[in-house]
Amino acid sequence: MSKNVKVNVEYLTRVEGHGNIVVNVKNGQLEECRLEIVEAPRFFEGMLRGRSIFEAQHITSRICGICACAHTLASVQAAEDALGFKPSPQTIKLRKLLLHQEILDSHLLHIYLLVAPDLLGVKSFIPLIDSHNKVVRRALRMKKAFNDVCDILVGRHVHPISCIAGGFTKLPNEKDLDSMLSILKGIQPDMDATIDLLATLTFPGFERETEYVGLVNHNGEYPLLEGEIGSTDGLRLSKKDYKKVTNEFIVGHSSAKHAKASRESYMVGALARYNLNHQKLHPKALKTADSLKLKPMTVNSFLNTVAQAVECVHSLEDSIAILEDLKKSGVDQNEAVVVGLNEKGTIPVRAGSGVGAVEVPRGILFHHYEIDEKGKIVNANCVIPTGQNLNNIEHDMRKLVPEILNKTDEEITLAMEMLVRAYDPCISCSAHFLNVRFIGR
Amino acid sequence: MRKPKVAFFDFACCEGCQLQLANIGDLLLDILQLIEIVSFREVMSEHSDDYDIAIVEGSITTPHAVERIKKIRKTAKILIAYGSCAAIGGVNGMKNQFELEDIRKYVYQDKAHSFETIATKPLHQVVKVDYEIPGCPVYPPEVVKVLKAALSGLPYQVPDQSVCNECKLNENICFFERGITCMGPLTRAGCNSWCINNGNICYGCRGMVSNPAVNGAMEILKKYSISPEWIANKLDMYNKSREQDKTDKK
Repeated sequence: MSKNVKVNVEYLTRVEGHGNIVVNVKNGQLEECRLEIVEAPRFFEGMLRGRSIFEAQHITSRICGICACAHTLASVQAAEDALGFKPSPQTIKLRKLLLHQEILDSHLLHIYLLVAPDLLGVKSFIPLIDSHNKVVRRALRMKKAFNDVCDILVGRHVHPISCIAGGFTKLPNEKDLDSMLSILKGIQPDMDATIDLLATLTFPGFERETEYVGLVNHNGEYPLLEGEIGSTDGLRLSKKDYKKVTNEFIVGHSSAKHAKASRESYMVGALARYNLNHQKLHPKALKTADSLKLKPMTVNSFLNTVAQAVECVHSLEDSIAILEDLKKSGVDQNEAVVVGLNEKGTIPVRAGSGVGAVEVPRGILFHHYEIDEKGKIVNANCVIPTGQNLNNIEHDMRKLVPEILNKTDEEITLAMEMLVRAYDPCISCSAHFLNVRFIGR
Repeated sequence: MRKPKVAFFDFACCEGCQLQLANIGDLLLDILQLIEIVSFREVMSEHSDDYDIAIVEGSITTPHAVERIKKIRKTAKILIAYGSCAAIGGVNGMKNQFELEDIRKYVYQDKAHSFETIATKPLHQVVKVDYEIPGCPVYPPEVVKVLKAALSGLPYQVPDQSVCNECKLNENICFFERGITCMGPLTRAGCNSWCINNGNICYGCRGMVSNPAVNGAMEILKKYSISPEWIANKLDMYNKSREQDKTDKK
């Protein structure tokens, strides 16, 4: 078949700049296929230099309003690693609880705001207010529930207040534990309904083997907050060696750095975590995977959304387990820390280098700080999951386009949109609203 | 009466303030009854250039952004600077303490030339702003208050007293009493001392009061042996862009 297709998809990214999908097919041969991301840079790594390590959490939380808790958790881990500070078991439990809320909030936002409108054939959730009022109310109710738990746990979800290097500035009391428990248990039926909704979705069939990268551990816990770096190609590395995984390289056509580990590209996120660690999921989440027909070593990137739904069930159930555990042991209020800029020397300071590696909604997130003997940041580096996935998205596109050349322009565009959207990239909100131009067809 | 058409825009920011709207919960649906949202990139695909109220998040950091905000100002009858990045420059302003060329090279090395950047500006340093809602993130009760004012054509002033006023009413123990410096005394109230209620210090995200009690502040610093430079550095986290206000007035 001889055919010319030129797709030029332009959309705004989450920070005012833009990204483009460019597809160019000549006489049935794929000539060009790439994803370009250009963001209005905010220079966070540059701005951190000279600031106190005790300000790093506050500042890096502001990188992203959607995953502020995720950046917070990676930041405090990196800061404590640099300082040589070991957080208490109670602190770690509370951080795991916070990470679950982040995953729940972010995955649900993706499922309801991006996937549901597709499924129901509309362009945003706004028309759904009239046509599917119950679904919209459920989405808002769930969003509010995880938001309310964050309010209790860390003051607020967008830019959490009390979770800092050293521990928590305010700890939940017994009443708080009860409130969080009742909110989370109350949302279980909504979670069931969400899974039912997802079961009605049909995802495009597509397969491309790739390497899946995420945290791994040696115990029975589904690793999210702690672990070392692993991959389905057998990679095992200490988090300190993260640069050996990300191997960031610059490509001519894109101002966003690309990443590759053992082969041409790799994927991070819910599907990568599921493929690496599925056997460690909560039993109820495993059942959900069964009911949604998700199987280990799934190589269809479109099913990342399904893996997210499975993780939602895991995070909800594990949150409830953590809270019940905390209720039994009680929260030691004496562990509340007053740090500020460490004027009182609450935390001993030393020169050092530290890495935080945390599984956040979109995949493994690295923060790396180097500090001097006074605790001033000398160097900072943040490697975000979306950046790591860009290269893999491109490789997916290169495989997908030739497979669907017989489809209409509209169908090709939709498939490309859905592929990018499946990764739930930080630009996903805008990726929903691609302005598409077909040239030469 | 025709519902006012509202459009959301974002410049350099984290979009957390727009997300705060979703966190209002059911009240959001009530607000949606009163207005017609015609543009909101985060949640809808439709876009319209016909709007009455522009709610703008983020700072101006590129030459392209300067042109874009001027265009928005021309269309909008009411322009709301939404969040600290838009209202006071916010954390983006920290960039201004570095040479722009230096910070570009630090982050993007030899790709630095692809990233045009100018000194961070809050909206009012480029266009006329009708309402400001500072905060990192915005405080939802204040958002509702400002929306009500804007919809009924009434003015709104960000409180010009310090966070301490609210903090005292919340019966928090003063951080200075615990040997920790806090930006509360210099920062505009209106957040109900959100951070201090949760055990952390105030970082000054709402911007400085217009007439800070300098003498009193100096006394406090002396009493607790804190150097004024230390405070200046902390103030810069959110308020660095303020320096351009002074230059503009000269």
